[in-house]
Amino acid sequence: MLELTNLRSQHGKVPHLAVEQLRIETGMMVGVAGPNGSGKSTLLRAIGGDLPVTGDILFYKRSLRQWDPLDRARHLAALPQFSQIGFSFTADEIVAMGMIPLSLSRQEGRQQVAALMKDTDCHHLIGRAFPSLSGGEKQRVHLARVLLQLSQATQPPLLVLDEPTSAQDLKQQHRILALARSLCRQRGYAVIAVLHDLNHVLRYCDHCVLMKEGRLSAQGKPGDVLTQNTIEAHWEYRPQLVGHMESIPVFV
Amino acid sequence: MRLPVMISGIALVAMIILGSLLSLLQGALDLPPTESLLALCDTLFGTHWSTLDDYQRVVVTELRLPRLLLSVFVGAMLAQCGAVMQGLFRNPLADPGIIGVSSGAAVGAIVAIAIFPASIGPLAVPVSAFVAGLLTTMLVYSLSRSKQGTSVLVLLLAGVAISAFAGATIGFISYFSNDEKLRQLSLWQMGSLAGASQVNLWLGFFTVVALAIAFQRRTSALNALVLGECEARYLGINVEGLKRQLIILVAVGVGISVAYAGIIGFIGLVVPHLVRLVTGPDHRSLIPLSALCGALLLLVADLMARLVVQPAELPVGLVTALLGAPFFLALLIQQRRQWN
Repeated sequence: MLELTNLRSQHGKVPHLAVEQLRIETGMMVGVAGPNGSGKSTLLRAIGGDLPVTGDILFYKRSLRQWDPLDRARHLAALPQFSQIGFSFTADEIVAMGMIPLSLSRQEGRQQVAALMKDTDCHHLIGRAFPSLSGGEKQRVHLARVLLQLSQATQPPLLVLDEPTSAQDLKQQHRILALARSLCRQRGYAVIAVLHDLNHVLRYCDHCVLMKEGRLSAQGKPGDVLTQNTIEAHWEYRPQLVGHMESIPVFV
Repeated sequence: MRLPVMISGIALVAMIILGSLLSLLQGALDLPPTESLLALCDTLFGTHWSTLDDYQRVVVTELRLPRLLLSVFVGAMLAQCGAVMQGLFRNPLADPGIIGVSSGAAVGAIVAIAIFPASIGPLAVPVSAFVAGLLTTMLVYSLSRSKQGTSVLVLLLAGVAISAFAGATIGFISYFSNDEKLRQLSLWQMGSLAGASQVNLWLGFFTVVALAIAFQRRTSALNALVLGECEARYLGINVEGLKRQLIILVAVGVGISVAYAGIIGFIGLVVPHLVRLVTGPDHRSLIPLSALCGALLLLVADLMARLVVQPAELPVGLVTALLGAPFFLALLIQQRRQWN
């Protein structure tokens, strides 16, 4: 569904993103990993069309720029890493903003908001002022919002998650990743997520993309890509392989 | 905690009607209320019911009524522009007066008053105020924007700088004006709603209606913008286009208001805040309710300006500042708590 070729973004003379080739198919969960400042978020911004780049980004065989903005919004949504909102919208009002590109009746909209807030475990936040929530709660509210945004897609949509687990506790980390994977498996969504915990990549992702200095340095099946050697080459830290869980390696 | 939008709207309309009646019937000249209303009917529908003398009719229909209408239009415009500006800057402290847009527009108006003959004043002054207001908004916006939204510090400092510059320009122009121009300038500077002419009223009416429609069509986009520019783009909003349109629309509203009524501060700050407290920050209800509440507030402020020291009157800008400045301070203190 998504094809990047020869993607390049310059910042002055230094390229801070240079990607030869990346393909994402429907139903695929892609984990992006790499050290701090390696260009992970930049890559996601480029995919979202939020960064001036040269090269091609084809989404369903059509350049992203040629998509009608509203149609694109129904098929491609991104979870922000941070969120500052200066007005006291309630959590459910923020989720309901996912309806902006959709055509839903008020009644349907309210049901969808409630259902998605249950899915993302923030149903209890209905009516609470968004600025008063914790970082993790804010992120889950936004997750419900972007899922609502994709709920009327006519083709399987692409969900872009920038560090969806960084602000979450242990239970929520696994809940969110399990939710993302079930969307891939059951409804054909494609997910691309920046993840810092490599064990999450190994356990939840179908495809792993490693980045270093703005380049896509390795990609493939997570079990093939994430070895002690490649991890050391990227992070300058050699992890311990403590064993296997259901034939998935576990690093510490 | 929040009140339903419909009920709030109806309550505001009722209060505006009540305020309008008071404003028509009260004033330095004591007229019998029923006769005043009959005189109004006579003018509007061509009947002959009132027994008032001609000079008494004139007070109601040519002094009080136009002034009432202008205060409603200007109040509605300023409050909507304030609400939109706060959404655009993603900052609840943005107000045309505080960040200097009103002062910028005032410079435009004053230059026009000084340069052009009085005959083309009714058109040249608002146009010039609009252009100057537009340039000021663009300047402040480009100065204060950053990735995290806009900086309060830069916004307020820009306001200080632009107001100082405007003050200097006004002083400079006044210094070199002849007696007649000087009189026009100082009258205008008092910020009064007394200068309502027929041209002013029609142009004000069309502007406030056009602005209300234009803003209402962009309320969902403004909600999306609250999430951040990047998020709004993902939601399918043409963010650059939206910002350009909003800046121009706000400059139109502020420019016309300043040209007709001088600098009337704090309406754009206080009103959207009150509305948010009562019915929430959703722009779909915030903007129309702000229009109603702004109309009401300026109507009442003007009534107070006329009644408090009658038979003389206070500049209405003085009244709104007296009410608005403590409110602004309270907001600043509240924001400071959030920072700590």
